[in-house]
Amino acid sequence: MDFPTFLVQCLNAIQYGLLLFLVASGLTLIFGIMGVINLAHGSFYMIGAYLAYLLAPMFGDHFITMLVAGMLMAAVFGFVLEWVFFSFLYGRDHLQQVLMTYALILVFEELRSILVGNEVHGVQAPGWLAGGISLGGMMTYPAYNLFASAACLVVAFALYWVVNRTRLGMMVRAGASNRDMTRGLGINIRLLYRAVFAGGVALAALAGMIAAPAASVYPGMGGGVLIMCFVVVVIGGIGSISGALLAALLVGFVDTFGKVFFAQLSGIGVYVLMAVILVWRPQGLRNKGF
Amino acid sequence: MHLPATLRTTAAAVALFAAGLAGAQNNAPIKVGFMLPATGTYANLGTMIENGFKLHVAEQGGKLGGREVQYFKVDDESDPAKASDNVNKLIKRDKVDVLVGTVHSGVAATMAKAAKESKTILIVPNAGADVITGPMCGPNIFRTSFSNWQPAFAMGKVAAERGHKKVVTVTWNYAAGQESVKGFTEAFEKGGGKVTGNLTLPFPNVEFQALLTQIAADKPDAVYVFFAGGGAVKFVKDYVAAGLNKTIPLYGAGFLTDGTLEAQGAAAQGLFTTLHYADKLDTPRDNAFRAAFTKAYHADADVYAVQGYDAAQLLATGLKSVGGDFDGKRDAMLKAMHTATIDSPRGKFTLSAANNPVQDIYLRQVVGTDNVVKGVAIKALADPARGCRPF
Repeated sequence: MDFPTFLVQCLNAIQYGLLLFLVASGLTLIFGIMGVINLAHGSFYMIGAYLAYLLAPMFGDHFITMLVAGMLMAAVFGFVLEWVFFSFLYGRDHLQQVLMTYALILVFEELRSILVGNEVHGVQAPGWLAGGISLGGMMTYPAYNLFASAACLVVAFALYWVVNRTRLGMMVRAGASNRDMTRGLGINIRLLYRAVFAGGVALAALAGMIAAPAASVYPGMGGGVLIMCFVVVVIGGIGSISGALLAALLVGFVDTFGKVFFAQLSGIGVYVLMAVILVWRPQGLRNKGF
Repeated sequence: MHLPATLRTTAAAVALFAAGLAGAQNNAPIKVGFMLPATGTYANLGTMIENGFKLHVAEQGGKLGGREVQYFKVDDESDPAKASDNVNKLIKRDKVDVLVGTVHSGVAATMAKAAKESKTILIVPNAGADVITGPMCGPNIFRTSFSNWQPAFAMGKVAAERGHKKVVTVTWNYAAGQESVKGFTEAFEKGGGKVTGNLTLPFPNVEFQALLTQIAADKPDAVYVFFAGGGAVKFVKDYVAAGLNKTIPLYGAGFLTDGTLEAQGAAAQGLFTTLHYADKLDTPRDNAFRAAFTKAYHADADVYAVQGYDAAQLLATGLKSVGGDFDGKRDAMLKAMHTATIDSPRGKFTLSAANNPVQDIYLRQVVGTDNVVKGVAIKALADPARGCRPF
């Protein structure tokens, strides 16, 4: 592999890693802070992608407006969902959480089938992101992919800032380490959890919306993403946002270069990485909350 | 003989009753068990196959060979792990006479195994795994679709004829993809070309960017791919977004552009693929079929609907030849099916020694949302059926 190719592959790895981070950040928030194993997280990603499919024709070139609108809708959806279903799960054991969130996957898939059908759909990227940037005559790099990476970075910084630098973030971190004590201090923990859950759903949906024009929109698309996200969350340290970012980039690099150098074995590379890291640091790369 | 009158009447009555019973048995509905995906990625394909099958039965007045058809259904979920349980529900619980299924090759292989053991007739209306009409072939196992080898082999020939010398292949690392790449390589290298690289990624991973960069660095004359569904959409779009289509033509087995064109949009325009069916064949047979399908289901027919329709045609041929006497003349019926000429919307086809269609493979080009036929890549192409012991 010559040097320019190597650089392009690094770019590919970072881009994949950042998108993974965006989905996984919502999962790590819900998993780490609220202690709920949410298998339905992949479905939120799928819902986001279908939202993009439905909203894109209405918004046209106002792509960023569409992303914001979609996120708001997803947040409202998450807020209601937490109220109706997830708020009953906090005290329960993990098996019950897994059962209920798995049931939600089936419900969402069936609803998707009834409402939108089972066909594969494409989403048009907005006109101002349609072109590509030439990389030394070898290939062009789609402008949209660069935009997606930039959007993921913006969200990563925003998230880091909210959790570590704001009062809301402080309350979230307090609630994560001791639910009862936080309530004792007069903080409405139910509302707080509801907000965190809504935020997590909005992040997953945003990832789905951003992925939709680059990829496509198809039944069952949440499944593969969900597994990778759990890998990212576990490697990064459950509940840690910076850990999730680090882990997502690691997974991106292992997956990309695994495909190039060990095509036949590329499927297992990421899981070997997870096993090695868990042997070395069973709690994951970073601690909760950072 | 002087039998008492009462006894005579009784005997007559018994004889009559027995005859009636036998008659009833012959007229009992024939049980067709659909094992198709009703959920998951392939749900749509399952519906098309079932609708195609039922369309032909309806055209025959709801009867095949004079017998009513009773349907049983199991959702196979395209899950090979559940395939054995699912197929046994149909064979043992519902006691179906004929199995029809399925889309996923791994599931279909399990069905073939179960059909072989229980001697139930199996008609495969899609799954292209070479093994089904290869090592697993049998007198009661039929296929009305294709083998993965067929469209791929035809594309290999076309690519060589177009003067390409160096080709890189890309596919998912699973049976269908590997068989397809093998078929392509066989014909392409026979035609004087050389496959210089086989890129793979795990099924159903759709992160293609690393492989595209690899292709850009390798600079082959052309690229051959096997993808379907969501993966096909994403690959074609990514390929164009990377600007590779300007210098390196992309070829694929037909599934790359079947049922995906609306989603692929502009990215797919002009792509060449090979398959046993195409849009705008414009034969009276195909036009009539498409019109009937649209009328019945308010949807456009596709290759999957054709394969389901032909599965019903094949079964109808067998049942007609023995006047519906499914149990009594089973061997004769299997023979009639084996030697049948099916008047398919795709064009007439016969079955090979291993019961796989011997059919024309079309070269198609994407124009708008149609895979428009550009000619026949190979006429009456028969799968080599490697590993099939003659029966």
